[in-house]
Amino acid sequence: MADEQALRQTPLHRTHVAAGARMVSFGGWDMPVQYADGIIAEVRAVRQSAGMFDVSHMARYQFVGPDAVEFLDRMIAADVAGLQPGRARYHVICNEQGGIIDDAIVYRITDDQCLLVANAGNADAVLDWLLPSAQQNGGVFFADLTQDVAMIAVQGPEAVAIVDRLCPLPASSVRPFRVRRAEIAGVPSRIARTGYTGEDGFEIMPPADRAVELWRALEAEGVKPAGLGARDVLRLEAGLMLHGNDMTVENNPYEAGLDRFTYIDTPGYVAGGALRAIRDAGTPRVMTAFLMVGRGIPRHGLAVMKDGERVGAVTSGTHSPTLDANIGMGYVDRGLSAEGTRFEIDVRGRLVEAEVVPLPFYSRKRNQT
Amino acid sequence: MTTPGDRKYSDEHEWALVEGNIATVGITQYATDSLGDVVYVDLPDTGATISQFDKFGEIESVKAVSDLFSPVGGTIVEVNTGVADMPEKVNQDPYTVGWLLKIELADPSQLDKLMDATAYDNLTAE
Repeated sequence: MADEQALRQTPLHRTHVAAGARMVSFGGWDMPVQYADGIIAEVRAVRQSAGMFDVSHMARYQFVGPDAVEFLDRMIAADVAGLQPGRARYHVICNEQGGIIDDAIVYRITDDQCLLVANAGNADAVLDWLLPSAQQNGGVFFADLTQDVAMIAVQGPEAVAIVDRLCPLPASSVRPFRVRRAEIAGVPSRIARTGYTGEDGFEIMPPADRAVELWRALEAEGVKPAGLGARDVLRLEAGLMLHGNDMTVENNPYEAGLDRFTYIDTPGYVAGGALRAIRDAGTPRVMTAFLMVGRGIPRHGLAVMKDGERVGAVTSGTHSPTLDANIGMGYVDRGLSAEGTRFEIDVRGRLVEAEVVPLPFYSRKRNQT
Repeated sequence: MTTPGDRKYSDEHEWALVEGNIATVGITQYATDSLGDVVYVDLPDTGATISQFDKFGEIESVKAVSDLFSPVGGTIVEVNTGVADMPEKVNQDPYTVGWLLKIELADPSQLDKLMDATAYDNLTAE
């Protein structure tokens, strides 16, 4: 990984530092992990009112041209051709062997213009996968918008009403997984009804040089800045995977439980054959969610044990402040993945009982009254 | 927050406050700030004996796990069960309600291996 000198900064970097954020290296960027009030207060704000995250570190790649959609459908498992302009889809990007290069959201902006938002840590891997073929295709024009466009995620039960106050459209007319242009607090932006917290809200893409202005306008409306620490807790509570933690290029989408986000039926899709074979063969282990019964917090890398045998590994785990419980997920032998099954987590030498539960741990429909 | 001058500090960011032959033990504000929100504290049982600078438990924040090392050796005579039930007490005040153990000192001269508040502040200011 790059040394500290080479860490990239988002247009909001100075704003975070001035607000007293603790900064960490993440995916090659210097990012806020938490602000002064701490992770739990930030999680609570997102679950109870509204919080916002600087997600400008995520890669934003644009593909334009008469062949853009056809090109993407050869390279990613998203069925872009089946997306109406103005709609978005979460999907996986796999290599020829069916290994997951990244999970991403593709936005079909117009008939021949698409925006792919990928994880910061996989920005290069995604580019290595897509760019050589794109450059060979005269009908596809690639642009990296990561520097020129910022991205702010506003999430929480009050997020939509708050953004409506700043957006004459109104913003609430943008339905889930839709994207369109709109002025937010006077800043011309692209606004999408997407997120990574399990709450309602938007991801807003303003020009980089107006990101601070938009951030301040949202803050003035009572939206609480939140960092990567809260984001990680929120996404895990919502049962959302984190590439690099919960899956790597060594994993396939079927063991990761991402079947629904893996469209393999486009003729000419390069990973289609490999993925079909993996799916039909079945995977010995599968992503399994569990709640700790005994005292202890599951963490990435800890072993899952049953009758003294290692039967899996934890990929993500934390204390959930929303549920006041310790939660985790990981790859576990398929036979032990049914709801209600009990096994143990080896918490640094101590075997602590855990019970399989369905994902997500938290859903706003179920948990909010 | 100022570092209390009434106690001694280890370079593992634990403190010991001695009254008679009993040392109350906890972690410092610096350690608390580094951890962030504490959500889990695993402490030993009373009656156990530990040596100076040995691991006696674990403390976890939302993001990370850290080992706890005892600044003094001896017999554990009391454990702060309130912290096990409400780990956020460590964040509220690690020097008062967030104490962790009371240890009957095996050898009071071990305290000489610890720092005073000024020396500890110099260490954490680096």
